[in-house]
Amino acid sequence: MDWMKILAAVALLMMLFVSWRGFKWWSANSPKAEKGDWNSALLALAAVAAFVALLIMMVR
Amino acid sequence: MNRFETAVAQPRGMATETNKVLKNTYMLLSATLGFSALTAMLSMSIGTSPMTYLLSLIAAMVLGMFVLPRTANSSAGIGVLFLITGLLGFGLGAVLSIYLALPKGPEIIATAFGGTGVIFLGLSGYALTTKRNFSFMGGFLFAGMMVVVIAMLANLFFALPALSLAVSAGIILLMSGFILFDTSRIIHGGETNYIMATFSLYMSIFNIFISLLQILGLMSGDD
Repeated sequence: MDWMKILAAVALLMMLFVSWRGFKWWSANSPKAEKGDWNSALLALAAVAAFVALLIMMVR
Repeated sequence: MNRFETAVAQPRGMATETNKVLKNTYMLLSATLGFSALTAMLSMSIGTSPMTYLLSLIAAMVLGMFVLPRTANSSAGIGVLFLITGLLGFGLGAVLSIYLALPKGPEIIATAFGGTGVIFLGLSGYALTTKRNFSFMGGFLFAGMMVVVIAMLANLFFALPALSLAVSAGIILLMSGFILFDTSRIIHGGETNYIMATFSLYMSIFNIFISLLQILGLMSGDD
């Protein structure tokens, strides 16, 4: 249905606006990463990606 | 300043306040997740149409963006939060009904549910024990959100399964980042309002669950 697509597009545009506001605020105010911070975050995200791959294998 | 020194030298009053916010956040999160489960069951028993998901999502978004921030400092905020999570649960019921009709539906739902729980508990435990401050990820996470939302907008019109899969995978990684970021902000005193903290964590859990459902549905060959 076209009107459902329009409704979803409006919702996504609202989300885009909120994300843009968040991006602007956090770009100006977020603390700087210290040594090892990015590695710690990426390690956790890699673990999540590996876990999702495991879940996919379980349902196949 | 060294963050380990900050953690050790944190004044006792501030540490108590942080623990209180953390405890209240997890208690309210449990209650709202339970309430969502109830409204999802209600929605499934009524047999709502898939359109219900979109409508309740939009209503919850409007409440979350415009009403919750204005009421979060009063007891009315708790009511608004339950209204939002109840609406999201009600919409989720319509989606779950669709998945239950698939041959592997119950297995996909159970796997997505368990997987979401493991991801949330694992990341929260990691953020609580690592002592690192993940607040630096704010700009990166919101930039990622913008990219994902633009991709979702494009896929509304192109409807490509591969793009849909990529968006779901992106959402899972972004929401995982948000769990680290939000938990870290609570621990380090960046978020002192437990209603807003609960809302952020709830949205991350909800989005991970929905995206896992979509990925598992597509990859199982049933969707």
